[in-house]
Order: sequence, then structure tokens, then C-alpha cells
Amino acid sequence: MDAAPLLSVEAIAKSFTLHLQHGLRLPVVAGVSFTLQPGECVALGGPSGAGKSSILKMIYGNYRTDAGHIRVADGTEQVDVATAAPRRMLRLRQQRIGYVSQFLRVIPRVAALDVVAEPLLAEGVAPEAARARAGALLTRLNLPERLWLLPPATFSGGEQQRVNVARGFIGRQPLLLLDEPTASLDAANRAVVIDLIAEKKAAGCGLLGIFHDAETRAAVADRVVDVTRFSA
Amino acid sequence: MTSSAMPRPKADDEAPLLVAEKLTRFYGARLGCREVDLTLHPGEVLAIVGESGSGKSTLLSLLSTELAASSGRVLYRQRDGVTRDLATLSEAERRLLLRTDWGFVRQHAEQGLRMAVSAGGNVGERLMAVGGRHYGAIRQQAIDWLGRVEIEADRVDDDPRSFSGGMRQRLQIARNLVTRPRLVFMDEPTGGLDVSVQARLLDLIRSLVAQFGLAVVIVTHDLAVARLLSHRIMVMKSGRVIEEGLTDQVLDDPREPYTQLLVSSVLVP
Repeated sequence: MDAAPLLSVEAIAKSFTLHLQHGLRLPVVAGVSFTLQPGECVALGGPSGAGKSSILKMIYGNYRTDAGHIRVADGTEQVDVATAAPRRMLRLRQQRIGYVSQFLRVIPRVAALDVVAEPLLAEGVAPEAARARAGALLTRLNLPERLWLLPPATFSGGEQQRVNVARGFIGRQPLLLLDEPTASLDAANRAVVIDLIAEKKAAGCGLLGIFHDAETRAAVADRVVDVTRFSA
Repeated sequence: MTSSAMPRPKADDEAPLLVAEKLTRFYGARLGCREVDLTLHPGEVLAIVGESGSGKSTLLSLLSTELAASSGRVLYRQRDGVTRDLATLSEAERRLLLRTDWGFVRQHAEQGLRMAVSAGGNVGERLMAVGGRHYGAIRQQAIDWLGRVEIEADRVDDDPRSFSGGMRQRLQIARNLVTRPRLVFMDEPTGGLDVSVQARLLDLIRSLVAQFGLAVVIVTHDLAVARLLSHRIMVMKSGRVIEEGLTDQVLDDPREPYTQLLVSSVLVP
């Protein structure tokens, strides 16, 4: 028998109601169920528009969940993201669920190095130590040091994505959600991300990701959950 | 998405700092706000958004005891751990709270500053209210705080009439934070400022809020400001709270027709 899952998704459903479009209802997914174990990387599969990103966003609490449960292990507790209070959800994000979004939301005036270091600072790590870790990750991801103290607003898409990846991987949350982490990266940096994922798995983290690049998916994913069978 | 480098509230389960129960205010027959419930914990930043006339400023005035409620109550946990119904405070207690444990950053700095008093005096005044008596020490602390809000020490003797709008806001922040309050109310703190000035001010507010673990109630009509600064958001319309929750969830997956309208009306450059 496996260890208790890090994440257990039970029959979740999502639709959007667009009130500005005369209440048009857009079903996204229904009946989504799967689990994620420590040390495992699961890929969400299916074509664009199948609801893969929406599932990640629901697990992170960024989108609401209309039905079902999303249970995340937190110590001996199982927290249901679908019903967790905002304050509980923020704590869950800080301690249990990391997320690498597709695009970096840039904060004016904050240097790339601090954007990356911030999750460690929130955990109470000393600023110098947090910045050192951030620098080490950015070095691995080949982001030139001359960019570290600049806000990422003017960076290229690939540079921003590497900042985003570093920010996601620097934390110590045991569950990591990855939305196309290699989409705008070249082969060398894709290989770095593949290594980072392998290290997280070895450390006992569970990863759930969307990887359109078949090569990356084959390199990191232990199995694929096909989202098309949950279409609403 | 929430990838903002925003400080998060502390992980502990402390008792709430501020609780409002069924807070209602009528102006004659006209409704200001109706039956608002809210809970704020230490270190939490709550944004109240809505258009002009939605009741958000009325709510802020009720929470900060500037207005008396028609019904409902506001509870505040004092530094000594005792939770008080704010309506039962004496006038002296209320003033002390406003000058020490609370801050209030107003949109129009002229209303939050003493315009004919030097920058140093504006900051030092709050220190004297909490018993500071030594002139040299007060002046030094004032200069220290001017530095934290990026105002040069050589402006300490100038009065804020000679300051730009952004500088005045930063001075207002220094004046409010010098007594290390636990709760700060902010009413459109970046309203009417140039965008570059806004960005600098937001960055300053963000870092000070994190550094001091402040609880903040911020009223804004600017959803970008709410996203950058707040953990939670309440959307008001016609005096009522129509939607609330995690800031990024409400802004990225708005449920109510009015919230969807607000979110879809934001211009993205």
C-alpha cells in the first residue's frame, strides 16, 4: 500500500457563468478524480481547452471549485481546498502547495532576485540566506547576474519564465503545481528544469504539471491523467 | 495569478484583531452600508473595493470609529489582550487608540498631515502622544522614519506644503507608522498620483506592511492596488458586501455579475 496521498482530487467540477454574456454558462470539467503520491510526477494530458490549467488553478485555490473535494495533506490534517477559508488557504500555499504559473505577474520595482527569494523570506529564512539560494537557482537557470537586481518587467519571455520557475522551486512545499514550466525555454534550460523536477521527486515532493512538450513530459512524468475523459 | 511577492499573514492562529458584526449605517433614509460582517487577523491585509457610492468609505469610517453605526458593533483586541466594543470607549481612550495602536492613511495628505508643521514635527507629534519627551531622541527617530519612506534627512525642517503629492503620502505613512501601530486604515492611498509615483508608494507600503506585520484595511477602487497589496478582498455595491474571498480568487474567478463587470472593465496596458 502506498503512503497517504499528498493530494486527492475527488469528483471536482467547474463551470463559468458569464453574466456579461447573458448568463452564458461554460462548462469546463466534471467528475475529475485522481491522486498524487509523494515522489511522483503526474502530467495532465489533453488538448488546449480541455481544462488542464483550470484544474491546477482549482487545486491552488485560484479558481473556485463548484463540486467535489480537493484534499491536501497538511501534517495529520486533510484540508479541503474546495471549502477552505481564505486564511487557511494562504497558509496552505505558504507551507504545502507551490505553483509555477505560465506567466510571471510582475511587481513594479521589485528585483528579480527578491521575487525569487520571497517564498523563503515568508518562511522566515534570513534575507542573506534566501538571496543566496535565489542566486544559486538563477545561476543554474542561466539567468545572467547583471539582470538579478532589475525588476523582471523588461525581461524576455524566457527570462521571465526562468524567474518564475526559480520562484516556484525555491520553496519547500511538498506539492508543486507546474503550468507549462518549459514553454518558452531553450533546450539547455529545459534540461535544467527537468533536473530540478527530478530533484524534487527524489526529495519526496509530488508534482502535478502540464507539459505540452512531449520530450519533457516523457522525461519527468510517471503517468499521465487524461483530462478529456472529464470534459463537462 | 498570485505570484506577487506579497507577504503572507503569519501562520499562527491568533485571535482576531478586529471584528465587525452586522455593521449598518444610514444617512437619514439613505443607506451608507448594511449588515457588514468582517474579521481581520494580525498581519492580514483586507481590501474593500467598489465604485464611488458603494459604501466602502462609510465602512472604513465606521471601523475606525469616525462615524457611529446605526446598528451593529465593532470589536477590537487591545494590546493588553482585552477585546473591547469600540462604542464603549471613552473619548480619551478612543483618541489614544487612534494616535498609537492605529494609523489612518488618507487619500488627501492634507487631511492626514499638519500642513503648517515641519515634516519632522509631523512624525514627532505622534511620538509625543505616546509619551516621548526627549527632543533629540524624537528628532532622531523622525529622521530615521523619513529615511525609511525615502525622504532625505535635509527635508526634516521643511513643511509638507513644499512636498510633492507622492512625498506627502510617504510622510503621512511615516507619521502613522512611527508609533508601531498594529492596525492601519488606508483610504485610496495612491489615488490621484502619477503611475510612477504610485508604483513607488505601493512598493513602500508592501514592504512596510511585511516588515511590521501590520493588519491593514485598505479602501480602493483600483483592483490592481488590491491585487498587489491584499490577501483578501470584499466587493461592495449599494452599501452591501456582494462578494468576498481570497484576492486572487475573486479577481480571477469573479462570481457576481457586478464583480465580473468591475474586473472586465480594467484596462490592461
